[in-house]
Amino acid sequence: MKIKRIGVVAIALAAAGALTLSGCTSGDTGATDESGSSTAIITTNGSEPQNPLIPTNTNEVGGGKILDSIFAGLIFYDADGAPVNDMAESIETEDAQHYTIKIKADQTFSNGEPVTANSFVDAWNYGAALDNAQLSSYFFESIEGFSYDVNVPELPGLVVVDDLTFEVTLSQPESDFPLRLGYSAFFPLPESAWEDLEAFGENPIGNGPYMLDGEGAWKHNEKIDLVVNPDYQGPRQPANGGLDIIFYATQDASYADLQGGNVDVVDQIPPSALGTYEDEFGDRSVNQAAAIFQSFTIPARLPHFSGEEGELRRAAISKAINREEITDVIFEGAATATHDFTSPVIDGYSEEIPGSDVLDFDADAAKDLWAQADAIAPWTGTFQIGYNADGGHQAWVDAVANQLKNNLGIEASGNPFPTFAEFRTSVTDRAIQTPFRSGWQADYPALFNFLGPIYGTGAGSNDGDYSNPEFDTLLTEGLAETEIDAANEKFQQAQEILFKDLPAIPLWYRTVNGAWSEQVENVQYGWNSVPLYYQITKSE
Amino acid sequence: MAGYIVRRLLQVIPVLLGTTFLIYFMVFAMPGDPVVGLFGDKTPPPAVVEELRARYNLDKPFIVQYLLFLGNILRGDLGVSFSGQPVADILAQTFPVTLRLAMLSVFFLMVAGISVGLVSGLRKGGIFDASALVVSLMLISVPIFVVGFVAQYVFAIQLGWFRPTVGFGAPWSELVLPALVLATGSFAQIVRLTRSSVIETEGQDFVRTAASKGLSRRRIVPVHILRNSLIPVVTYLAVDFGVLMVGAVITEGIFNVPGVGRTVYQAIIRGENPTVVAFVTIMVLIYLVVNLLIDLFYAVLDPRIRYAK
Repeated sequence: MKIKRIGVVAIALAAAGALTLSGCTSGDTGATDESGSSTAIITTNGSEPQNPLIPTNTNEVGGGKILDSIFAGLIFYDADGAPVNDMAESIETEDAQHYTIKIKADQTFSNGEPVTANSFVDAWNYGAALDNAQLSSYFFESIEGFSYDVNVPELPGLVVVDDLTFEVTLSQPESDFPLRLGYSAFFPLPESAWEDLEAFGENPIGNGPYMLDGEGAWKHNEKIDLVVNPDYQGPRQPANGGLDIIFYATQDASYADLQGGNVDVVDQIPPSALGTYEDEFGDRSVNQAAAIFQSFTIPARLPHFSGEEGELRRAAISKAINREEITDVIFEGAATATHDFTSPVIDGYSEEIPGSDVLDFDADAAKDLWAQADAIAPWTGTFQIGYNADGGHQAWVDAVANQLKNNLGIEASGNPFPTFAEFRTSVTDRAIQTPFRSGWQADYPALFNFLGPIYGTGAGSNDGDYSNPEFDTLLTEGLAETEIDAANEKFQQAQEILFKDLPAIPLWYRTVNGAWSEQVENVQYGWNSVPLYYQITKSE
Repeated sequence: MAGYIVRRLLQVIPVLLGTTFLIYFMVFAMPGDPVVGLFGDKTPPPAVVEELRARYNLDKPFIVQYLLFLGNILRGDLGVSFSGQPVADILAQTFPVTLRLAMLSVFFLMVAGISVGLVSGLRKGGIFDASALVVSLMLISVPIFVVGFVAQYVFAIQLGWFRPTVGFGAPWSELVLPALVLATGSFAQIVRLTRSSVIETEGQDFVRTAASKGLSRRRIVPVHILRNSLIPVVTYLAVDFGVLMVGAVITEGIFNVPGVGRTVYQAIIRGENPTVVAFVTIMVLIYLVVNLLIDLFYAVLDPRIRYAK
């Protein structure tokens, strides 16, 4: 008797669930044209921003996605990663060191405040000042007067000329400076932001294609609702009515919602579905290279890895790794083998850089090189690769270790750290005594961004303490060029040196894996793997 | 009775002090600098790290950090997360959600677990008993994330009866599926506990007395057998309620429930001391209160139990 009653309860509850479901999805059915309704709201996946939504203090994808939608910088990057003027009327320089930036007239923030030269200069000064400890402060490093030692409230390198013009002076020529200006750290802030920046971070007011759907549109840990900003006049005109970014704790949850029709566009596919999602979604899926370069770094301070012996061993290790096999088997195509130190989605990328054949798998050559190194000084010990165990790296680290074991005949294994924070602390403190996994997600689409910050002598993220004066010179020369092609040529020459020295062993570029529902069209993923939301149309 | 409650409530103070200290120490002792972790694979400038460490008191010795934290708590300030959100707000948003999830789950457990256990106990050795044994054995041996993913795939994606994930505001109706999944973990225990307790009670003198007095089976089963069998079950449910609140990490992850499990997990990963300790403190409080309520409830179930002053 009891059992039956329980059955009835379960069915009733299930029915209640189904009712709510249908109630939720019927939504607004205003326009019924085929090409898509300009008022339909696109839903997409995201993650809870780790910081208040202040452009200079947001350095992760979750918050960055929102900022890119609600703010407009001087430029933005189109689907190919090419810079297009957004707020900027012009960005001019004659020596790659002094820039004159003019802003388009009559641009406003969504509260009606005008976008002026001061909107940029004040925001940049705030982001650069040491006392404010902004996570993206290093972006202002190259502006004259920047310091990590003393607090500089106003950079002498930033001068407001008039309402719509300001001048930027760098401490040295850097030709790719304009390319950086589409990154969120360089977004402008309205005057009202300075009254209470903390409150502003909770309800930011921007000048981008979208704006928050009223106060409290950021529902922490759940979602953020964006609607079209009618005041935005830039080139990223939204073809839809808004954007609901749902925060997911796991990729599996967002994928389940995509399958269940509760989310329109996702830019993450969980590992469990990588093998099947392209069959399931067909031409509504994407698998393309991203601006994410992965490698493992071998610090020169480790025994056996400096001088001629080190060079031979590094080349041997690189040749002993079958990158294609690992990207196919372990990543199921969510990564593609490297051919350089940057990424295929960056202007200036080349697969023809001399010396890049060191990335080709050749077990015999590898063994031979290793034997030559042994002739200089015999190898002892185990080759270990440090990684954080909480980031899904174990499978490929083990695979690489196995290949080294088989192809070089040495002991090799992974060296796991339980958490990301512990791993990174060990790396930045130089406490780690083994090679370690390293990766770089570009901040802006330029070759230099993959080279200078990681391998330049004394550079911020040069965790392997690599130093080669020749390499540094080529970078400096490249930065001094005002023509981007000439600059890229220098950066490619610089990579030739990297292929010889191999401060890090290039492994693969990650890919963006995404899919979308039948209701949406015109889905394109940008150079930074984030869909260009403003283009997406939705039928209803 | 009142004296008993007051004494029990006073016990809460040392328990809370002890647990917060322990938790704070454990998060503190976690290796790695949480501030460095904020910068991803990029290496932060040392000056910026120092500035941030000072801001979150991470540069001070452990005991100073703990006392500062305790002082703030006494002033009603639970601190802010790295994202600048007051921890009190995060608590206010996530606890009700997990509380609802756990309550719904306990409700399913009580209805399904106790009824199945009762019938099994009354018809010991029968077909129903045997199949209940098999089913509960299956449920207990399959890990909860498998149950979760299968339930999500079958009932939400394929059949479309539920939303695959829990939507904004986590309404009761959308919590049904995650609550059912969460309940499967303890279902077997409840069934077996009820079953053996029922069997034991059935053999007791007072049940035989009741039967020989000529009372109908309809009256004996609920009033004499079930009521007296429930004490161990209720105790288990109380303990389990705490476990459900804490252990919802997996279920909340699968169904994207914006609750406690998910938040605490992320806070631990990020080394956000104030958030973790505040959450655990509240969990301990809930645990203590639920246990007190259960102890008081015993008297209702079994009039022989009386609380001396």
